[in-house]
Formats: sequence, C-alpha cells, structure tokens
Amino acid sequence: MANYLLKRLIMMVPLLLGITIITFAVVHLTPGEPVEMQVAMNPRVTAEARERLRKFYGLDQPLHVQYLKWVGRLAKLDFGRSFAPDGRPVVDKIKERIPVTLSINIIALLLEFGLAIPIGVVAAIRRDTPLDKGMTVFVFLGFSIPTFWLALLLMYLFGVKLGWLPISGLHSFGSGGFGFLRQLCDMAWHLILPLSVATFGSLAAVSRYMRSSMLEVVSQDYITTARAKGLSERTVILKHALRNALLPVVTLLGFSVPGLIGGSVIMETIFSIPGMGQLAYGGVMARDYPLVMGILVIGAGLTLVGNLLSDILYAFADPRIRLGKG
Amino acid sequence: MRRGWLASLLALSLVFLVACDGRKSAAPPVKRGPGIPAYGDALIVGSIGEPSTLIPLLASDSASHEVAGQVYNGLVRYDKDLNLEGELAESWDVSRDGLTITFHLRKGVKWHDGREFTSRDVLYTYRVTIDPKTPTAYADAFKQVKAAEAPDLYTFRVTYAKPFAPALESWGMAILPAHLLEGKDITKSELARHPVGTGSYRFKEWIAGQKIVLESNHDYYEGRPYIDRYIYRIIPDNSTMYMELKSGALDMMGLSPVQYQRQTDTPEFRARFNKYRYPASAFTYLGYNLRYPLFTDRRVRQALTSAINKDEIVHGVMLGMGQVAHGPYKPGTWANDPHIPDFDYNPGRARQLLAEAGWKETNSDGILVKDGKPFQFTILTNQGNAERLKTAQIIQRRLKKVGIDVKIRVIEWASFLSQFIDKGNFEAVLLGWTISPDPDQFDIWHSSKTGPKELNFIGYKNPEVDRLLEEGRGTFDVEKRKRCYWRFQEILAQDQPYTFLYVPDALPTVSGRFRGIVPAPAGIAYNLIKWYAPKEEQLY
Repeated sequence: MANYLLKRLIMMVPLLLGITIITFAVVHLTPGEPVEMQVAMNPRVTAEARERLRKFYGLDQPLHVQYLKWVGRLAKLDFGRSFAPDGRPVVDKIKERIPVTLSINIIALLLEFGLAIPIGVVAAIRRDTPLDKGMTVFVFLGFSIPTFWLALLLMYLFGVKLGWLPISGLHSFGSGGFGFLRQLCDMAWHLILPLSVATFGSLAAVSRYMRSSMLEVVSQDYITTARAKGLSERTVILKHALRNALLPVVTLLGFSVPGLIGGSVIMETIFSIPGMGQLAYGGVMARDYPLVMGILVIGAGLTLVGNLLSDILYAFADPRIRLGKG
Repeated sequence: MRRGWLASLLALSLVFLVACDGRKSAAPPVKRGPGIPAYGDALIVGSIGEPSTLIPLLASDSASHEVAGQVYNGLVRYDKDLNLEGELAESWDVSRDGLTITFHLRKGVKWHDGREFTSRDVLYTYRVTIDPKTPTAYADAFKQVKAAEAPDLYTFRVTYAKPFAPALESWGMAILPAHLLEGKDITKSELARHPVGTGSYRFKEWIAGQKIVLESNHDYYEGRPYIDRYIYRIIPDNSTMYMELKSGALDMMGLSPVQYQRQTDTPEFRARFNKYRYPASAFTYLGYNLRYPLFTDRRVRQALTSAINKDEIVHGVMLGMGQVAHGPYKPGTWANDPHIPDFDYNPGRARQLLAEAGWKETNSDGILVKDGKPFQFTILTNQGNAERLKTAQIIQRRLKKVGIDVKIRVIEWASFLSQFIDKGNFEAVLLGWTISPDPDQFDIWHSSKTGPKELNFIGYKNPEVDRLLEEGRGTFDVEKRKRCYWRFQEILAQDQPYTFLYVPDALPTVSGRFRGIVPAPAGIAYNLIKWYAPKEEQLY
C-alpha cells in the first residue's frame, strides 16, 4: 500500500508541472494584456506610462523568464500579487471568496442528491405510472429551463411582486449588527432563491442515474429472493435494493468534489453572490494573469488530490488495485 | 417517504420566511413637499462594477473613482456648470507668462484621522505620481511640471516649461495623505482598502464583492453632509439591480433608455422615485481609417455622413434618450460650437458627392462601383454593447440605400484592441469617447499621435488642426481657447474623419424621499452633501 501511495505521489510531480505549463500558456496566449485592459483608449495615458506599467508587472521580460519566476514562487506556495490595481496577494483574494462558494456548493450538492435520490427511487418503483412520468417531466423541465431566466422570473415574483424573499446579495441592510444566529438566518433567507434555482436545474442527471440503477437492481435475483422470504416491500427496497443501487451514484458524488470550489458565473452575477465564479470571470476579463493562473492551479491541484483520495478508497475496497496488478 | 421530505423542506423554508421577514413595508407618500432638511438616513447606490482600489492614483476604473471621489478631494474641481473652482485650494494664480501656477490652500482642513492637511500632502501626491516606480496611468500631466515647491504650509507652486492649459484640470487629482504614505510602498498600502481622505464621507467598511459603506464626515470643510451613510452596493447584473430598486433595497441607479421610457412609466414608480435626464459626457461615432484608400477622399466621408440618418439612430436605438452629435464636445459647454455646419441627412447629396468622387456605376446588386471594385467595407465594434450593434445595423441599412455594402463584425474587446486597432487593421469602427470637461483633445486628433497604440488610430492629419490644438492647450485665456476649438470643430465638420453620431443621456433615478437634488450640466451628484431626507421619511 505504501508503495502504491509513493508511486502515485511521485507521478503527481510531472503532472503538476504540466499543469503549470499549460495554465501559463493558455493564459498568456489569450489576446490582450493586463496593461491594455486597464489603460486602453484613455487619452491621459501615453506610451511611456504603458511601458512603466508593463515593467511594473514584469511583462517586459521574455516569456520563459516570466514562467520560471512564477513557477519558482509557486514552489514556495506564493501565488504572487494580483495585477488588479489593488495589487493584493492572490491568496487573499481567493481566501475571501472560497468560504461563500464552498458553503453554497456543499449545500447545493446535498440538496441535489437529497432530492434526486428519492425522486429516482420513487420513479423506479412506480415505473411507468403517471407519477414516474410526472417526475421525469419535472426534472427535465429543470434541466432545460435556462437558469438565468428562471432566476429572474422568480426574483420578480418573490422579490418585487410578493416581497417575500430578498432579490440578491447575501446579507440584509444593517445585518452587521445582528447576532450570530440571526445573521445565519438572514443569509439562509437570502440563499433560498439561488439554491432552489440551482437545485432544480441539476436534479435531472442524478435522478435519472438513480432510477436506472434502481431498475437494474430491482430485477436482480436476490431481490426476488428477498421478496420470497416474505420481507416487507419497504425493507426490500430500502435495505436490499437501495444500498446496492446507490454505489454508482456515490461515484458520481466523488466526481462532483473538485467542482466544489468553482462557482457559476451566471448564477453569481444574477444573484450578486461574491463567489469564485465572479472572481475568476473578472480576472479573465481584466487579464489578471496571477489571479487566473492561481485559481486554475489550485483547481487542478484539488482535482489531483481528489483523484488520489478516491483511488486510495478504491484501493481499500478492491484488492486488485492495491496489489498494483489491476 | 417522499411526502415526508417535501413536508420537512416546506416547513424549513417557512421557518426561515417567518423568522427572517423583518422588512418594513414602505408605503410611499404620493405628493411630496420640500420637507425640512434633516441629518440621517442612508443612500444606497447600485453599481455594476466593484472598485479595484480606493487609491485613485492607481485605479483606472470608474467604480473606484466614484467611491474614492466621496472620500478624497483634489486641489480643484468642476462646479455644477463644469467650470473649475477651488476645492482644497481656496484660490490660485496663474503667472502672466502662464508658466507658474500658485495654489493657496484651504486652512484648517482635516484628514479623516485628525491630522491637518498641508502643502506637504500636495507635494507628496505630486512626487509619488511622477515616481517611475508608481504604476499609475496618470503621470503624464504632472510630468510637464518643471519644478514643484511648497514655500509654506498653505502654498503650493508649480512651474511648467511651457504654458499648458489642461494642467489646471490635472490638479483635480485626489490628494493623498503624506503622513500615512511617505516612505512606504504605495502599491502595498492599506489605504487601497481603507482610504483616509479629506472628503465629505469617511470610509467605514468594504465587504468584498458586496458593498462599501461610507459615513458622513462631520468635520467636512463645507459642512456636515445631511445623509449619514453612503452605501455602494455591487450588483453585477442590470436586471437584478433594477428589481432591487423596485423592491426598495436600492435608492439610486442609472437607468437604460428602455427602463426610463417604458418600464418605469407607471404611477407607482413615479410616486416612489424621481427620474433625471441630462446629456452624458460621452459621444458615439463612426470612425474611418484614413489610411485606407476608400476613405482618403473627403467627399466620400461627407457622403457617408449625409447618408446616415442620425435622428433615426437616436430614436431607434436610444428611444430618444440622447441627441444628435455634430462634433466632439458636449452640447451646452463653452467649447461646443452650437452652429457647426455639419452634414445633415440627405441621401440625394450623398449620391451626388459619391458621383463626384468617381462612384457612378452600380453593379447588378445595386452597389456602387469604381475601377471595377464595389464600394464595400466592414464596421467593427466591440462585443457587449447592444446599442452600438443596433446603431451599426441602422447605418448598414441606410448606406445600402445609396449603394454601399456594409458588413458588421463584433469583436471581443481585448482582441479588438490588440488585433485591429493597434495594428491599424480596420476599415471603420463604431466606438465612443468620454468627453472630458477640458476641451484639449490633442491625443485624439493631433498628427503626432497616429503611432501604434496611440489614440489617433484613424490616422487623421490636418496641419491647421495640429496648430489649433497646440494653440488651444498653450493658453489659459478662455476666449482664445474658445476661438481655437470652435474653428477646430468647423474643420472637423468639413473633413468628417468621424461621423459623429449621438450624445447619450445619463438617466439616473433617485428615491423620492431625497430632496435637494438640482440637475445641472455636471449632472446631479455634484451637491450630494446637500441632499437630505426629511425626518419623517427616513428609512434607515
């Protein structure tokens, strides 16, 4: 096992290096430079001022020098300073945004699986009944409706017309003076709309997966055996069928883990949620190289760690992998 | 099982709804008197963009300057009629030869941390701006300065190598606190997130991506502002912002023409909000690449302008929320000549001018032909600006009618600049300029500014214009400057290097509980400290 782990860890080094090269190349190949995005079409800026800015950001150096400097800093876990005029460390900018995105994504993921699994199970048990068909229509409706459109309609209905829910943002005016519990409650109140819209849009995949997996399991012999034993239908479905049918769905959950730190630009923009999606989008639009590269590298790194973890878990479950003879 | 799930979810959301619903129901009075000025309340302003830094010297985006503008002051500022007046400088003298400006600073002005503002701060701001290590876009005007000195605490004197009229405006730059910055690296300063200025509002907090809160400065030299808090909410989507406004969570935003004309045209909205309308400091134009053979003949450019119906664009694209532009200055300002002999819409004259220029025959598609080549060109414009795209489409249709085939290409901003503008690789562009209150447009029209990455990218060269621009920036005498710039506009109207299209209107709306708003050529925000909400209508 230790051997396997070591092998995997060593393999990550060239992978990480490759990731930095690709990230750097992609970011620098995009047309437009950070300085251009800041000062273009500004009559008060002369060529000299431009050069001054380029030099300040180190953009006047050859590409390979820029790359080596960046990787050198990266090796010391220093992501550098943002090219935005505030020049704050990239890590600070990310740290400020990650809690929001992470918590929203985790709640959304829990809601998604929490709703989609029962929907899938019920649809499978009541196969071909109006209930099953209704569920199918429901989840595909969510899948097909453009989220931004649905979001705007709901905002108008609940925010403007009825006045029940806040329209955007995370906090009410003056929430700074609230106690902790009330602040939490305030934030939850703000998150009802974005989370509902996000969950509604993502139910389809998991619920369909769950349904087909359940259908497959229910037709197995051991389910017939269980029923023949005289077990109640409830026990058969919940204890015998569901557990087995869940396995592939849990794999799906594993795939979702690296996505947790990425935010949806559209949702964040419409609901004014200051998350990772907006940060990354803004970074790309302003050609903020260190910020964009930082986000990409952290994302890629987390994916690697996620893969490693799931492989280790598989290795525990499956001796063939553990022995390295798969 | 399913029912259980749904029920618990419903219950959960109900709990939140009941627990959190602490909103005041704002029943607005329909008829509003002037009320009695009172301190208090908060003005919540919506903004699409988030400021990048609150050190204005380093910022290049409008959101940063908007917020920093409340926190800092310059030596001079534009008053409501767009004339320069003293701000931190009580007055100033320009020497007879126009080379030396002496600012007499206001006494007793305090920084938000209590220290007194002196000439040391001005000298520091000047020095840090021209320091090659400071990454600022605004050093150029200050670099014209030959010598800067602070003979005493309340006097600041600058000497220029030659008279330079825009110099005065450049001292409107926010003055930074020397005692907090001197000897430190300005790019790593805390002030970027926690500014300390002399302005009417002092910084309170900045919640990244959500809002910036400013509090009124009770010791402001012009008096304490009535409104206690200025809250700048970042809402990146315009539709969301509009809904926030309607729900009462925002007090002020800029409307789009559709929102102004149609969506807010309800008794309910009019009872709750006041709408304002005045020309914005910007114009939209169609610029021709004069290096391109098709456009070298002045008659062709005159014909193009004659073939375009500018009125139709103002009504079709801006829903009438703007006005036709004839030159590069804002209507109603002293530099703008109201009687420019521009080419109005006249397709007959367009055809005649084109015929004079040799475009006589048409091919089977009805397109004009000269030396076997059809008259066709591409208008480039940038992505993300629906108004420009619509304008281009209207122009396309009008030019088709006089036998010109126009194609439209929309390109992402960064590529637009690097691949097309910088390389001179375009035929015509549909873009806009912001009009600065000082009429010096040397960088846009002077023949020395046609190099790569310079702003005369259409390659306009006219010796008389060069001379007028040099003369106009070389004197402080407004009458003399006016003569230069009026003649300059006449020449532009003849040369038609651009077809000036329209000046859009700024369309801000403000909650009706705020009084004291007096629209002027400078807009409405110039007297923010005098805005107030009567006690009985205050919400926060």
